Amino acid sequence: MDSINPSSKRKDSLGLIIFIIVVLTAPLWGKLIGAGYPDLLQKFAIFGLFAIGYNILFGLTGYLSFGHAVFLGIGSYTAAWSFKLLSMNPVPAVIFAILLSGIFAAAIGYVSLRRTGIYFAILTLAFAQMGYNLAYSVLTPITNGETGLRVLRDDPRVLDNAFGVQIEGSPVGNFFGIEMTGYSGYYFCAIMLILGFYLAMRVFRSPFGMKLVAIKSNQTRMEYTGYNPRPYLLTAFVISGMYAGLAGALMVIVDPLAGAERMQWTASGEVVLMTILGGVGTLIGPLIGAVVIKYFENIFSAINDSSLQATFNFLPEWLENIVVTIVSPFVGDGWHMTLGVLFMIVIIFMPGGIMEAISRLTAWIKRMRE
Amino acid sequence: MEDNYVLEISGVNKSFGGLKALSNINLKVKEGTTHAIIGPNGAGKSTLLNTIIAKLVPDSGSIIFAGKDLTDGMTPHGINQLGVSRVFQTPEIFPELSLLHNVMIPAFATRDGAFKFDVFRWLRNETQLKSEAMHYLDDLGLADSCDIRAGSLSRGDKRRLEMAMCLIQHPTLLLLDEPTAGMARHDTNRTIELLKQIKEGGMTKIIIEHDMHVVFSLADHISVLAQGAIIAEGKPDEIKGHAKVREAYLGTTEL
Repeated sequence: MDSINPSSKRKDSLGLIIFIIVVLTAPLWGKLIGAGYPDLLQKFAIFGLFAIGYNILFGLTGYLSFGHAVFLGIGSYTAAWSFKLLSMNPVPAVIFAILLSGIFAAAIGYVSLRRTGIYFAILTLAFAQMGYNLAYSVLTPITNGETGLRVLRDDPRVLDNAFGVQIEGSPVGNFFGIEMTGYSGYYFCAIMLILGFYLAMRVFRSPFGMKLVAIKSNQTRMEYTGYNPRPYLLTAFVISGMYAGLAGALMVIVDPLAGAERMQWTASGEVVLMTILGGVGTLIGPLIGAVVIKYFENIFSAINDSSLQATFNFLPEWLENIVVTIVSPFVGDGWHMTLGVLFMIVIIFMPGGIMEAISRLTAWIKRMRE
Repeated sequence: MEDNYVLEISGVNKSFGGLKALSNINLKVKEGTTHAIIGPNGAGKSTLLNTIIAKLVPDSGSIIFAGKDLTDGMTPHGINQLGVSRVFQTPEIFPELSLLHNVMIPAFATRDGAFKFDVFRWLRNETQLKSEAMHYLDDLGLADSCDIRAGSLSRGDKRRLEMAMCLIQHPTLLLLDEPTAGMARHDTNRTIELLKQIKEGGMTKIIIEHDMHVVFSLADHISVLAQGAIIAEGKPDEIKGHAKVREAYLGTTEL
């Protein structure tokens, strides 16, 4: 499927307006599906941004990076240091996080993009593991190692002091007087998400985006057609790294703590899952994938053995025990088992992810009507 | 008479291990002409084209185009930007993209160069380029299917699509590697007509072809390649009567 659809201006504007409405009313519809609390909505927006950006690399160019969590981490640490040294205002935190993750993405991308396919994936994975280990041990003065980097009350905060902004209690992100907790924190993330989505749309609908898809389709032809694919790939890599950096910064903005664990390979793998589950190379798919995974993670990981027993206590006791034994590895800490099964089902039956399911369904409905 | 040569190949050698694929090739292609390279399978015809577009680097010799030596560290995209486009023996297209986009992409390369970060332009506003692409699709009889995936085309249609992708670049030199292979007779004739039209436009072409009907309809000049060396060269009439050529290649072909 051509991911750069010939789209009309009207269709794009309408899509964008619907997107903005859905994002801004999330606290309302969130309640209906049991997701009506800010922590979870923040996660939707943050991981949505991460996946949307990742998709610009993986979805358009086909280059599978297994190390994008490293930029998440860089964004987080940068934002935390911006909070510590400059100000609790999220704006400088966001700007510096995007810039620094972009610089690191340029360096890592420059080296990794010398290879394609599995070798590219392994190179990015190697860089990410290196980043994780550096953050965990060697760079302890910067990252505070396994404890994680905390923002403290008596940090210097040059800008805040210069403008006489006082911090009372434990420091939280503060957008010109609005504290970045709860729903106001969500709305800050939501605005970033809308901006990020709009930018991704511009990439998808631009000649640049079409050329990225062409590289995925036939890189040899691109070269003999007069294009140098390397700067295209590097630009896509840097853009996706910046999205990851922004997502990492937002994590710190809503909860001022940065830990090395968010750079681990599982986090890099998770964004791949989100993108594939939602629909690789589609504009909105990765965001849907991120929301679905975070939503079910929230539900499944909250279930424990006692709540399972409570659910199945209508069964005779011997049967109840069997059912609970079978189900319990898939819930709570074992939620990744459920995710794995879900992922296998999608890959086998619907390689285009949720977006493919939706388009098949609409095509089926159309046929039934005729 | 003063001749302008678009391409000058001198003393090109290329070996693969012990196999001498090209030995001391000298070839000059005159501006505005169609130069056919014929020869039996494995004679080194495609290898020769590959050295022109830097897909292969010759062991020695030089290939001068537009005042530059193409064998001297030039990249494939750099050579295309100088004005060399190629139709491959196995069609190289973008299977996942629509026909229209397949033709627009080379046009962007010619207009904007090897790299342009044009994220803040809408693809849909590129109306001029789009209509130009439609024009070339129309020339090759593919306009009706401009929105379908290129990968779903038949092999002959893919080749015609690739031709449109090369023509829209207005190359100084067009390299055609068996442009009519896999085409039905009707489409072959149509392609010949199209290539004749381009000839009137002054584009220089090098064509590799097995179909003698195509060769003798189009070529102004023919070089015969056998076992990596040029064994004969001349106007079509001269080649037809050439004893060595008959022996090496045309012996079994009715002319």
